[in-house]
Amino acid sequence: MIKLIVSRLLQLIPVVWIVLTVTFFLSKSIPGGPFSAERQVTPEVKQKLDEYYGLDKSLLEQYVHYIARVAHFDLGPSYTYQTSSVNEVIARAFPVSLQIGTLAFIIALAIGVTAGVVAAIYKNQIWDYLPMSLAMAGICVPTFVMGPILAVYFGLTLKIAPVSGWYGLDYAPLHPMILPAVTLGLFYAAYIARLTRGGMLDVLNQDFIRTARAKGVPDRDIIFKHAMRGGLLPVVSFLGPEFAGLISGSFVVEKVFNVPGLGQEFIKSVFNRDYPLILGTVAFFAVLIVVFNLLADLLQSAMDPRTRK
Amino acid sequence: MASATDSPVIVPDEIEFVHGSSLWTDAWHRLRKNKLALFGLGCVLTITFLCLIGPLVTGYTYEQTDLTLKASPPLDKIIKRTETLKNDEKKVTFYSLTNIEDEFVEKPRDERKRIAAGLARGEEYSEGAFVYQSSNQKHLFGTDALGRDLLTRVLVGGRISLSVGFVATLISVAIGVVWGTTAGFAGGVVDNVMMRIVDVLYALPFTVIVILLMVFCGRNFILLFVAIGAVEWLTMARIVRGQIISLKHQEFVEAAVSLGLSRARIMFRHLIPNVTTVIVIYATLTVPNVMLLEAVLSFLGLGVPPPMSSWGVLISEGASTMETSPWLLWIPAAFFSLTLFSLNFLGDGLSDACNPKSAKD
Repeated sequence: MIKLIVSRLLQLIPVVWIVLTVTFFLSKSIPGGPFSAERQVTPEVKQKLDEYYGLDKSLLEQYVHYIARVAHFDLGPSYTYQTSSVNEVIARAFPVSLQIGTLAFIIALAIGVTAGVVAAIYKNQIWDYLPMSLAMAGICVPTFVMGPILAVYFGLTLKIAPVSGWYGLDYAPLHPMILPAVTLGLFYAAYIARLTRGGMLDVLNQDFIRTARAKGVPDRDIIFKHAMRGGLLPVVSFLGPEFAGLISGSFVVEKVFNVPGLGQEFIKSVFNRDYPLILGTVAFFAVLIVVFNLLADLLQSAMDPRTRK
Repeated sequence: MASATDSPVIVPDEIEFVHGSSLWTDAWHRLRKNKLALFGLGCVLTITFLCLIGPLVTGYTYEQTDLTLKASPPLDKIIKRTETLKNDEKKVTFYSLTNIEDEFVEKPRDERKRIAAGLARGEEYSEGAFVYQSSNQKHLFGTDALGRDLLTRVLVGGRISLSVGFVATLISVAIGVVWGTTAGFAGGVVDNVMMRIVDVLYALPFTVIVILLMVFCGRNFILLFVAIGAVEWLTMARIVRGQIISLKHQEFVEAAVSLGLSRARIMFRHLIPNVTTVIVIYATLTVPNVMLLEAVLSFLGLGVPPPMSSWGVLISEGASTMETSPWLLWIPAAFFSLTLFSLNFLGDGLSDACNPKSAKD
């Protein structure tokens, strides 16, 4: 167990290094930069800026300097936010994304697992077909369709939630994170419902469930104590890697609801050619993915003794 | 599996013999009983067909703008205004009936309403050098904010979205199958190294990298295919590797080895054909994922460049004007969702049809 954690955390180093190297050279290989033509600075000012940010050095020097800095957990200054460092931008934006993501996760799990378990119990009956058709519909209505619909209906028609924005919106009855989280949560709930149903059906057909039934264990205990532990395994192994999808989903949701989260900062930094911020957010995403994969694996081995070897 | 073996049987010409049903015939028979999967297949084929020939017969092009005819709702009556210029030339402009009142803003409200009602009944209305009359021009799905025909744009956009879906899937299948087969068949160190590479790539934030590629290398159409294809092959490689490992110790592979066939020939002629079902099923389920990724990129403004359209672009445009002209969101979203719906059902159906055991669940 400890060996797994340590080896995975060590895996972080090559992953972050590869991500940073690829992104670094990719972004530098393109003509143009944060202080080129359209910003209208005089040559002297540009030279000063280049000197200040180290852009006048050779590419290799810049690279070595940057990597050395990252090794000290310093992601450097941001070009667009002159008063904050990349660390500060991430520290400011990530909690916003995290709140939305966590609430979305809870919504997705609550709806998805319930629907999946119900569908598995009432296999091939109306309570199977109904939730599963809804789940399929949920997968096929992407977040960028669901988001605007919810925004217009709850924000403009019912006026109970803000349409967009994050700060200073206490007047609306619903917190600004509700609509983005629901949008994101419903999409993932659909996937989770399908996986739960499949996993539960696999388990419910097994012999130990029949034995439990024969011994007269009540249905409720069979479902909650015996079947769910194994039946939710596919969900857990899905959630880890799919965290990458949650991040890309949050790009869209944060754009639809104009929320100042990490996804928005990343998109803005890419369009602004803010190299340190691009590199910083990308590295941060990579760390998140590795950590969540690890958490998923740990949870899986806690739930399934067979994977503990 | 219920299929007969397909080992070659040498039969003299004159003897008539009954063909055993192949795996695919069996699968097709089972698929035919699955109404939803058939519905999916029909929908995908119909939509593809419409997208291919539709833009040729709508009478408009995807880029042809008509600013006076902006935001006309679906099937709205189109009013033709003929202006007689000083040199007796006629100048024709088109308006949508819904927006015609805006032309008479200087008139009192009930006067405007009266004119619009008259035009709606098909009456002619003339004022100064202008003659207003109804025309037979039609926009089945209405027009967008620049007066472009939405039907044409949806169908042309469908071409882009579907071709991105299929081509990127083909690329990812090609890479994934070759990678997974090589790793699984070679085994040992090669397998270890290749699968560790896949593991590391899995940990990369790929959506992020695709976004970076699209920004830095320009919004290039080919790049879109390659970038998405390069992202989606990892799962395919894992699945194929697992299958190959379970196949490679079977007798027919040993037979091929003892016949002295080359490794490449064993891989491509003996192993890969045996994993075709898995590949086809997974590829069908990859297409909707790829289309979703393309739509996300378009939504973020990184898809195909304007004035070209794709379903993602149209949905993105529609979402921004949803309050005033909701059909601009509903119609492309309906096409997009219906296609995803159909592909998912088809994929599920295929998977049930090819694995009769799992279909009983």
